[in-house]
Amino acid sequence: MSGYKFDNKVVQWVDDRLPLFSVLKHSTTDYPTPRNLNYWWNFGSLALMVLVIMILTGIFLVMNYTPHTSMAFNSVERIMRDVNYGWLIRYLHANGASMFFIVVYIHIFRGLYYGSYKAPREMLWWLGLVIYLLMMATAFMGYVLPWGQMSFWGATVITNLFSAFPVVGDYIVTLLWGGFSVDNPTLNRFFSLHYLLPFLIFAVVFLHLVALHTVKSSNPLGIEMKGPQDAIPFHPYYTIKDLFGVGLFLIFFLSFVFFAPNFFGDPDNYIPANPLVTPAHIKPEWYYLPFYAILRSFTFDLPFLPAKLQGVLAMFSAIIILFFLPWIDSSKVRSAKFRPIFKQVFWIFVANALVLGYVGGQPPEGNLPMIGQISTAVYFLFFPFLFLLGKIEKPRALPQSISAAVLKDAAHSTEKA
Amino acid sequence: MRKFLLSTLAAGLLAAATPALANEGPEIEKQAWSWQGVFGQYDKAQLRRGWQVFHDICSNCHSMKLVAYRNLSYLGFSDDEVKDFAAEKQVTDGPNDQGDMFQRPARPSDHFVPPFPNDQAARVANNGALPPDLSLMAKARNGGPDYVYAILTGFDDTPPAGHVVPDGMYYNKAFGGGNIGMPPPISDDAVTYADGTKATKEQIAKDVVSFLNWTAEPELDQRKSLGIKVIGFLIVLTAMFYALKRKIWADLH
Repeated sequence: MSGYKFDNKVVQWVDDRLPLFSVLKHSTTDYPTPRNLNYWWNFGSLALMVLVIMILTGIFLVMNYTPHTSMAFNSVERIMRDVNYGWLIRYLHANGASMFFIVVYIHIFRGLYYGSYKAPREMLWWLGLVIYLLMMATAFMGYVLPWGQMSFWGATVITNLFSAFPVVGDYIVTLLWGGFSVDNPTLNRFFSLHYLLPFLIFAVVFLHLVALHTVKSSNPLGIEMKGPQDAIPFHPYYTIKDLFGVGLFLIFFLSFVFFAPNFFGDPDNYIPANPLVTPAHIKPEWYYLPFYAILRSFTFDLPFLPAKLQGVLAMFSAIIILFFLPWIDSSKVRSAKFRPIFKQVFWIFVANALVLGYVGGQPPEGNLPMIGQISTAVYFLFFPFLFLLGKIEKPRALPQSISAAVLKDAAHSTEKA
Repeated sequence: MRKFLLSTLAAGLLAAATPALANEGPEIEKQAWSWQGVFGQYDKAQLRRGWQVFHDICSNCHSMKLVAYRNLSYLGFSDDEVKDFAAEKQVTDGPNDQGDMFQRPARPSDHFVPPFPNDQAARVANNGALPPDLSLMAKARNGGPDYVYAILTGFDDTPPAGHVVPDGMYYNKAFGGGNIGMPPPISDDAVTYADGTKATKEQIAKDVVSFLNWTAEPELDQRKSLGIKVIGFLIVLTAMFYALKRKIWADLH
């Protein structure tokens, strides 16, 4: 069936019945990858590795965690103090969440810069966005589980957002809570879903990879592979390049785990949840802050459209709009390398996202709300501008082929040397 | 590659700077602690002095429910000393074979016995204010140990002109709002150290904050020493990956 012939009889016997080895061969040593992928292409495999780390550490945490409002906080502290290497497992998991978002944000911005979402990779892009949405839901519910002050009040604020929807809003909130306030039923269902969603993510990652292997990787030049001279097999070239990336990444990740494990955390979450005491400044985890800033930027009530509803709709639109990017971006050229204006606009967009993140993390005082509103406007104006830009921008000439460009570069650097 | 490293570095610096900007409240002065930095470890003699301060002063009002007497052996106390510390307090146990609850001295396996039976009793005894549990205090506030040190040394009998201190409250320049329910807990010679260290107010504050940091992060010594080995291993491994990458890719160029 597979067409592959293996020397080893046992391997051949298995492969004739279950094509384990042919699939492995097909997607590693025989899988053609553009020869010019740069290090920004490492972040996909890194994200997969972090997902595996999160699932494994999570499974071990669950063995010692108790999802009950009266015991959750202390069970986490028991993990930190009395479980063998419990502190390591918990700090890996807590910092791993931040690492997952760092890696995935870089992965998404790389896709944006090199136009990786353009035909024929629209489905690949969508599946990626679905993974991102699932990650946000999973991380939010995970943050509630230690049942500290920020867990409780973050859950209260975020679930309350749904009350902005007319008519059904309050019913949705009651359904999310399993009652009339964030309480034990909320903790129980969040725990259940927090265990479920990572496996859903894993399934979508699988689809993401199937789509990738169907359309093949994009590359920094944004032109398709035209033949074997443009491609190298994934293994060993990219397995070793990815492993080098894994080494660098683990040094970065574990430096936080061992030397600054609470860097990404909020001190308030080491205070047990108390429904009677509201923390001075409730803020979500850093990876939601740009969207939190967009949410808070809407302050004028309109008839039938109160400010809160505007904010919630804007916040959801900010992500939904990304699904339409393959059509919003009207340029035929993929890579920003050959789009002089888009290249500038891209970095403005990145800087703007960082400004939104900063504003989202601060109390809404002084100039900050206004800065947040301007940045929100910039965020949404980016998309129509991108549409127009594709029509008017004059892209630079694309190289003939990947191999032509690579060989020219190589010749160039030898000359310089 | 160079461009990639540069931009990663820039992004890392930016990420590092962002939470640092988010500090609120009065300015907290940074102190030098023995456990700071990659190689920093606890000074066990200091932790023992800190335990003495907690035992003699703090524990009269504050609970520390997450720590057990057995944990004190990490500070260098012998098993008998730990037993004696535990036995100072009575705990309710039972029911016995007669079906009665009874009092017995605490054992090393018991967690620190709180000074009050419940939060209400603690409030009644403390002018309505609830002395918070201190187990995690050193990492449950912005500024961490520096903040706790600033509170302990931030009392001032003469508040700035115009600042009103309500009855039963005390002026403390490190506390948000300036008025704190806790009376100044330490002063020069508030304890007499068993090891002969001169008990200045600053020394006492330093010692007890170190102890509180240990109760909040008892794993710190092990965490850092394991971390150095792990990161060292990873640097070697990554260097070898890089060499292998160069070797494998060499035939392409």
